[in-house]
Amino acid sequence: MSAPPVSAAVSILDLSTRFGDVWIHRHVNLEISRGEMVALVGGSGSGKTTLLRQMIGLLAPTEGDIRLLGEPLYGGGLERERALRRRFGVLFQHGALFSAFSVYDNIAFPLRELRALDAGDIHDLVMLKLAMVELLPRHARLMPAELSGGMVKRVALARALALEPELLLLDEPTAGLDPDRSGNFVRLIRVLGEELGLTVVIITHDLDTLTALASRVAVLAEQHILAFDSLDKITGMDHPFIHNFFLGGRRQHALST
Amino acid sequence: MNMDTISAPRIEVVAQDGGGYGVALSGRWTLEMLTRQMTELKPALAGHAALTNVAWNCLDIEAMDSAGAILLWRAWRRKLPAMLQARPEHLHIFERIDSADHQPAVSAISNSPHRIITAIGGSVLNLIHNLSDFIALIGQLSLDAAYLLRRPRDMPWREITANLYKSGVRAMPVTALVGFLIGIVLSYLSALQLKRFGADIFIVNILGLGIVRELGPVLVAVLVAGRSGSAMTAQLGVMRVTEEIDALATMGVSQSLRLIFPKVVALALAMPLLVLWATAMALLGGMVAAQIQLDLAYGFFYESLPRAVPVANLWIGLLKGFVFGVLVALVGCHFGLRVRPNTESLSANTTASVVTAITAVILVDAIIAIATRGLGLP
Repeated sequence: MSAPPVSAAVSILDLSTRFGDVWIHRHVNLEISRGEMVALVGGSGSGKTTLLRQMIGLLAPTEGDIRLLGEPLYGGGLERERALRRRFGVLFQHGALFSAFSVYDNIAFPLRELRALDAGDIHDLVMLKLAMVELLPRHARLMPAELSGGMVKRVALARALALEPELLLLDEPTAGLDPDRSGNFVRLIRVLGEELGLTVVIITHDLDTLTALASRVAVLAEQHILAFDSLDKITGMDHPFIHNFFLGGRRQHALST
Repeated sequence: MNMDTISAPRIEVVAQDGGGYGVALSGRWTLEMLTRQMTELKPALAGHAALTNVAWNCLDIEAMDSAGAILLWRAWRRKLPAMLQARPEHLHIFERIDSADHQPAVSAISNSPHRIITAIGGSVLNLIHNLSDFIALIGQLSLDAAYLLRRPRDMPWREITANLYKSGVRAMPVTALVGFLIGIVLSYLSALQLKRFGADIFIVNILGLGIVRELGPVLVAVLVAGRSGSAMTAQLGVMRVTEEIDALATMGVSQSLRLIFPKVVALALAMPLLVLWATAMALLGGMVAAQIQLDLAYGFFYESLPRAVPVANLWIGLLKGFVFGVLVALVGCHFGLRVRPNTESLSANTTASVVTAITAVILVDAIIAIATRGLGLP
């Protein structure tokens, strides 16, 4: 038995981003190990979503380098890039379900694109994924427009997990959910993440999500990663942004519970 | 051992102590690995699974995800084999699949002949719904008009003028170009025939009647249906998708009064003007072609036009423009309000809007042609 070669799940090296004349990031460095659950936090407009889009190859950084699962995002031909993209799953903020497809077809779509599985395999896999995100087989026939906010997120999670990714990136997974649903969804992400041995990167504003999920927290502010450590250590740091973000008056109770 | 041989999923047959035989699985049974070898693995697994008394040893499987588990599960005919050794974390995946199997199944849609009848019934019901919605839309607009007569202050002037500009003024270049070119083509083709009979002068009658009474209004209606009708459907559709219409309703603003009524009024006003404009352009094109082809002087064409084409034809053409304008706007808005919040529905309704508008225009044109058959013909 030998383990696969251990390389960081995500490594960002000296990344800088410029939109027009404005520098969004300058010299961002971040290394996330495999199996970690990392939360990326930062104020609105600090470039969290931009960084996520760069991690998943939707946006090229102005300078610097990003490696996912030990491989560079770009170069090496279409085949290699495509193979790499199949090794991570993304949950977009609003789900990004294909509105013309039913729930079933949304989850089956990436599997069909592999062109290696027959209809029976795909059916079983889709039903399994639905069960994994705690939806019922009868939900498979619904269209995205008929789903509630929480269900949209679950279906999107099932679709992100369809290709058995090693790395899961979540953009604001609990935005727009009530505290109860949000709590359930966070629990689901944690259970699945642990069970499937996923590396999870979460962008979030929600302190409840953060405390429940993240083993480490990366704080993006002032154009770079201000701190990357366990939540306890970060809340102990003396920095105005961190102080306001984590210890602002109305947020105290979230941490104390 | 090197990495490659370990990673690939492998099936080995091993002799059992008791005389039976065992199958040992090893390697990485993950989706990524499996997609490369699916064609070999499936029949091999099925061959072993078909025999009874096979001992399965899965302890050496390095990694297994749900795709690998499903492959085995299907080979084992959806139950764990009697003799199985596997790691607890892999057994857990099989438990998951087993419990997913026992979820209440959904009955598949039957493929019986009843389906055709259901489909026909569905489309008839759909047609009835469409018609009743359309009539309700006309009713609502009549109520709006009555309301505006009582309260003229609420007239949505800004929306009407904006729509007039968008669907009227902005349509002038394209209607002029198309009208002019059609005039040239029609005049050229007629001139070829008329020349053979020495009936050159009748080009004025042919062009005048054909364009003023028939071609002008229909041409403009088709262009406007494609241009403004589809835009109205798409706009209302997207406003429904983004809940803007609901937002209007919560502000106490009537959607029909603010969104639909101005569109219908604007197109009812703009279309006769566009018909006049396109007709003039088509006649101009006809005059130019007639001059070149038949040597017919511009002045002569201009002077004999009123004699050849009684003015009633112009009124019929303008009336048609008005009716077609109302029709195109109504159909566009009707389908816009039917859009469901998904991309497929948006494209289907936009297509339906244009096709229905053009069909309705031709249909109404035929009705008007019959109703006015005694008018305006010299």
